[in-house]
Amino acid sequence: MIGLEHYLTLAAMLFVLSIAGIIVNRRNLILLLMCVELMLLAVNFNFIAFSRYLGDETGQVFVFFILTVAAAEAAIGLAILVVLFRNRRSIAVQELNTLKG
Amino acid sequence: MDILDYLVAAPEITLLGLICVVLIADLFIDDENRVRTFWLSMLALVVMLVVLDSTGPVARTVIFSGSYVSDGLSHILKLSAVIFVGIAFLYSRDYLRANEIHRGEFYLLGLIGLLGMMIMMSANSLLTMYLGLETLALSLYALVAIDRNNVTSAESAMKYFILGAIASGCLLYGISWIYGVTGSLQFHEIAAAIGSDPSLNDLPLWFGLAFLIVGIGFKFGAVPFHMWLPDVYQGARTPVTLYIASAPKLAALALFLRILVDGLGNLHETWAPMIMVIAVLSLLVGNFVAIAQTNIKRMLGYSAIAHVGFILLALFCGTEQGNAAALFYTLTYVVAAAGAFGMVILLSRRGYDAENLSDFKGLNARSPWFALMMMFLMFSMAGVPPFVGFFAKLNVISAVVDSGYTGLAVLMVLASVVGAYYYLRVIWYMYFEEAEDKAVLQANRDTRLVLSLNSVAVLALGIVPGWLLALCIQILG
Repeated sequence: MIGLEHYLTLAAMLFVLSIAGIIVNRRNLILLLMCVELMLLAVNFNFIAFSRYLGDETGQVFVFFILTVAAAEAAIGLAILVVLFRNRRSIAVQELNTLKG
Repeated sequence: MDILDYLVAAPEITLLGLICVVLIADLFIDDENRVRTFWLSMLALVVMLVVLDSTGPVARTVIFSGSYVSDGLSHILKLSAVIFVGIAFLYSRDYLRANEIHRGEFYLLGLIGLLGMMIMMSANSLLTMYLGLETLALSLYALVAIDRNNVTSAESAMKYFILGAIASGCLLYGISWIYGVTGSLQFHEIAAAIGSDPSLNDLPLWFGLAFLIVGIGFKFGAVPFHMWLPDVYQGARTPVTLYIASAPKLAALALFLRILVDGLGNLHETWAPMIMVIAVLSLLVGNFVAIAQTNIKRMLGYSAIAHVGFILLALFCGTEQGNAAALFYTLTYVVAAAGAFGMVILLSRRGYDAENLSDFKGLNARSPWFALMMMFLMFSMAGVPPFVGFFAKLNVISAVVDSGYTGLAVLMVLASVVGAYYYLRVIWYMYFEEAEDKAVLQANRDTRLVLSLNSVAVLALGIVPGWLLALCIQILG
């Protein structure tokens, strides 16, 4: 029988995976954006599991809001990425090093 | 659900309407007349002040099925946020025009950010708080990247975006656990659930709490989640830095007070040690790293981290006195920060940013009046009496001592002494060094007037701090 704890474990694994992806990846900013999306999906998983477990719809409503905000966030992120690429002709993470100190 | 409920939320509703008006009007304004967008935005802010003043809360009112609260705290924070956004717009206008980035988007994103802040200040549920936070954060990301041809702006916008998105992710993950354990998103219900069933106060809730604190720490810019703050302060164009450094700090305070005090106040014993660690780290890292900076925007960024350390230590006490001290500190710090970035803008001109500390050399010879004003601001930030920064620090330290943490208070005093060094260095440069740049200051009369008022305010508030402190205590009492 698949219970609440299995869903929570899966969500935690996805969350850790996305954090690890952000830390490990040094080459491509688009992968970073994908990791951010994965992080939000892990949260959605948690909300749905809790909502089902508690028998309360609020969590599912929250998920709709997260999905909407995630779409807006991706749009802004990609827009900034385009600005960055036009200025530097590169989207490598390790080259984001003009600002230091 | 009563139609009168909407009246309580009139400030946000009015602001949303005004944003739409400014957005449409801006379409019909050409680049030469862009200043009209500025005046329209200022008009919108004046309307907001009137609306806020006329809808001042008589008592704590909770509407929209418990998602929205209007009380003394939200009222004073909203009023201040409107004023600081107005100040930021006014200081920015001439700079934006001179540097050919005078676009309507600056004012529009500024107003949308203000809407996000106001929603955060009135949030009574985790969902409302999250939506307000994202409204603010998304407009800030876009604002940082507003100069499309500037490499450092684009880079700092990208860093801000990535770290901000991680922070939101952590905050949301924490929220999901809090929701799972307590079964509610509304702060008073969360507090009631934990109060009535002490067995909830266990590992799963602490797990969610830890993630919440990571998210809140990111938004405050507290060490070890501060990596974005100096880069964004330095990389963004100065008007954007001014905007980020002022009003959003008030929203971050609201985020803390609403979630951790209103919602999870019963868990004070659990979150206080975590807050203490990040506050002490912020105090030390902020003050010591600021000494090494040559860029004044970056230096003020590290100084903001150190001030956040003070604010968090006041909140760490968990007493009414501590919370009132935090509110007082934030309000007065924002006055000084707005003024300091206003001075950086004042010294800049077409194609030239007065970003380096050395640009302040010999300011006394170029403009004795503004050198004096900058001295007021630096003295206030350093905490020299009789400027208001001194009383803000004194309140926080006395709140910490009254809670029984004398060792922490000693550390705060020592950190302030270290901090005084880099503020006084700016004053040394202004008065005792030869000017490298002898250009005459260019600024419109209204900017000069408001900047002077802004700087004199830190002295005036320092001479009569009593009323503001009494107000803070009354609000949080």
